[in-house]
Amino acid sequence: MLRFLVRRVLQAIPTLLILSILVFAWLRSLPGGPAAALLGDKATPEKIASLNHVLGLDQPIILQYFKFLGRAVTGDFGNSLVSAQPVMGEIGTFLPATIELGLSAMIIAIVVGVPFGYLAARYRGGVPDNIIIVLTLVGVAVPVFFLGYTMQDLLAAPLGLPSQGRQAAGIDATSITNFAILDGIMTGEWDAVWDAIKHLILPAFALATIPLAVITRITRASVLDVFNEDFLRTANSKGLTQSVIRRRHVLRNALLPVVTTIGLQTGALLGGAVLTERVFNFRGLGFLLAEGIERRDYPRLQALLLFGALVYVLVNMLVDISYGIIDPRVRVR
Amino acid sequence: MQQLRLTRTRRAALIGLAGVLAVSLTACAESKRDEAGGGGTGGTMVFGDTGNPKMFDPVFNDDGETFRITRQMLDTLIQNKQGTAELEPSLATKWESSNDGKTWTFTLKQGVKFSDGTEFNADAVCFNFNRWYNMKGAAAQSQMIYYGDVFEGFAKNEGDAGGDPVFKSCEAKDPATAVVNLNKAKGAFPAAFTLPSFAMQSPTALKQYDADKVTQSGDSFAYSDYAYKHVTGTGPFKFDNWDQGKGEITLVRNDSSTEPAKLDKLIFKVIPDENARKQALKAGDIQGYDFPAPSDYGLLRNEGEQVLIRPSFNVLYLGINQSGNPKLKDVRVRQALAYGINREQFVKSKLAEGSEVATEFVPKAISGYTDDVTKYPYDPAKAKQLLAEAGASNLTLKFYYPTEVTRPYMPNPADTFTSISEDLKNIGITIQPVAEPWNGGYKDDVQKFGKQDLHLLGWTGDYNDAGNFVGTFFGREKKEFGFNNPELFNALAAADGSPAGDAHAKAYQGVNKQIMDYLPAIPIAYPTPAIVVGPKIKGVVASPLTDERFNNVTIG
Repeated sequence: MLRFLVRRVLQAIPTLLILSILVFAWLRSLPGGPAAALLGDKATPEKIASLNHVLGLDQPIILQYFKFLGRAVTGDFGNSLVSAQPVMGEIGTFLPATIELGLSAMIIAIVVGVPFGYLAARYRGGVPDNIIIVLTLVGVAVPVFFLGYTMQDLLAAPLGLPSQGRQAAGIDATSITNFAILDGIMTGEWDAVWDAIKHLILPAFALATIPLAVITRITRASVLDVFNEDFLRTANSKGLTQSVIRRRHVLRNALLPVVTTIGLQTGALLGGAVLTERVFNFRGLGFLLAEGIERRDYPRLQALLLFGALVYVLVNMLVDISYGIIDPRVRVR
Repeated sequence: MQQLRLTRTRRAALIGLAGVLAVSLTACAESKRDEAGGGGTGGTMVFGDTGNPKMFDPVFNDDGETFRITRQMLDTLIQNKQGTAELEPSLATKWESSNDGKTWTFTLKQGVKFSDGTEFNADAVCFNFNRWYNMKGAAAQSQMIYYGDVFEGFAKNEGDAGGDPVFKSCEAKDPATAVVNLNKAKGAFPAAFTLPSFAMQSPTALKQYDADKVTQSGDSFAYSDYAYKHVTGTGPFKFDNWDQGKGEITLVRNDSSTEPAKLDKLIFKVIPDENARKQALKAGDIQGYDFPAPSDYGLLRNEGEQVLIRPSFNVLYLGINQSGNPKLKDVRVRQALAYGINREQFVKSKLAEGSEVATEFVPKAISGYTDDVTKYPYDPAKAKQLLAEAGASNLTLKFYYPTEVTRPYMPNPADTFTSISEDLKNIGITIQPVAEPWNGGYKDDVQKFGKQDLHLLGWTGDYNDAGNFVGTFFGREKKEFGFNNPELFNALAAADGSPAGDAHAKAYQGVNKQIMDYLPAIPIAYPTPAIVVGPKIKGVVASPLTDERFNNVTIG
């Protein structure tokens, strides 16, 4: 296992290096640029040129890249042009919100998606199956921002749920880890915990729709595959109870593709989080990224995109490891 | 077995439903949060801001999001009377300039202290002026946008700072009299003394927290702790906390101010999305926000919110690039464009209430505005005739407009483009539309490269001076407009250098007439942005300069 891990970590380095080149080149190929965005309405071509000079953005791109790389390997990604704060510090401040939101969305997607998928497979062709298929299609097809706005407009006020933000303004909550719920639990500030949960409900459901639909469909397909396997017939003929068959044989075998999907969807959540966090003003990494793109905040975008890539690599590693746990055959290989 | 499974499924569904109901009932029970406080003095107001402030030292800033906050903490020597662009005393009770406009004498308010206890006097005024003038480092100077614009240069120019400095020296004649000497008269004064960038800050705090230290970190800048946490002024509020994670800036009443705020606390909550701001107001999470969409005014009012229309301090124009299509050099063609656009209809159907058709490039609130200019009322027949006379009946024009942006002067660029281009097609002009993202090359193509024949742009004024509008647009040869008119350039330079007062206003009135005859572009409208506050909020006066000060705000 250790060798496997070391190999995966070493594989990640060139991946990240290539990505850093792509990200760097992409950002610099965008029209506009940070100086124009920074200077806003009052920007004149002369001011933009001068600021580009001060920022070193008029130097050859190769030189700019190596300077960036030199600083990046020491963990210095510079300061955000929007907030004037070190971008690594910003990631530390805003990451907990995204984890809180992503985790909640993923829990909703798994807790609802796996049983629904199973249910659909179990009643294949029946009413529950048809309803679930239609719902999952809608779930995948509706854009997150549309769903978010609709939820804000139709659900927030009637349900008394906050439509934006992570905590009510001015709430006197102690911040230790930046995880609002965890901090509230640690300090016993139950009002703050409840407030944070209320703020999570709408964005988490909005963000959960796509992974929920995907997980439901994959579970359904995977369970149907297993239903057709010979070993189920064997299990049945051995006289095992249905619950043992479901747990040991159907679910265990059906879960492998589901876990892969969950892994991939966790990575994809970062993309969905950009829109969800923006719509709900939920200040996480997605929010930072959206603001960074609007303002052409190179230092922030470079750090965030590479951080996102790192998360993808790590999630994929975790998926590989979990394969081994679920299916011993993978471990042997 | 199957029966059991179904029962379990049903039970799970019931439990889920019960959970959802429980959440909604509990939430409903916690009715709409009361607008904190409870009437009269005291309480907290939460205001929804459109974007993140960069930091709070206003001399390194030029954005409205930052100024909205610093205005509550820092006072300027002169300020704008609430609700207007007229000047009134602030930290200076009186100001006068010498006949040649090169010396400005300020009589200062007595008994004023900064919130750290430092006395405000002429020495403090000169400390601030000298600080700006002597600012070192390319990073520092490149960030001093307004200082660079108004004062034109530094003791030692670095980075993008160039030119001969307007500022010469500052003398503290006595504690109550500060004299600012300039190298040349400048039309921007005295109005530019109202700019939030030139607010007075505590010399003690500036020194203690090393406020001038602006360093470059890679391709970005870093400021000292002063700018993030210790900005110190004489205003009605003082800084308390900036929670980056929550996007909240908290100010508290400054009891040492000569006119402390009525609120205990003022919180700015950053909510970039307009719809999210609206929802937050409806839910009672905030008690006011900036720039509601014009299409929401009616809805907001129906719900009992107060939509306060700001008097216009901006202008939307149709730019004409004479170096694009050679036909545009002919004034008859430019006139035809002006006669061909139904601006009345556009303003009535597409812009917010209170907006007006622009007859020149400065809004009415600006000193130098005159009604005595050539006007171009909608007259498509005359437009066609002028085009024919100029031999330009089959004109084809590249019309650039921005996307992914709303500006106070242009709430919906695509709508504006459609409306104007339809009018132009009606007079026989073929339009080639070019849409580009605002931050994705639009401004470069239009202002740096001059690729367009026509384009949409506008301007929000910074202070009450016509030069801030027409001087910025037409003061010199620019790619954006592609013309060289030394007569106009000289007239603008002369107006800028004319001493403040009636002569100054007259000079600009003359220039405005000249511009509307030459017609280098077409002023379209003076749009009116708005600010919205909840039903219980009292004391907010909408300002043309977005200079709403919350010192008099009460709740209930």
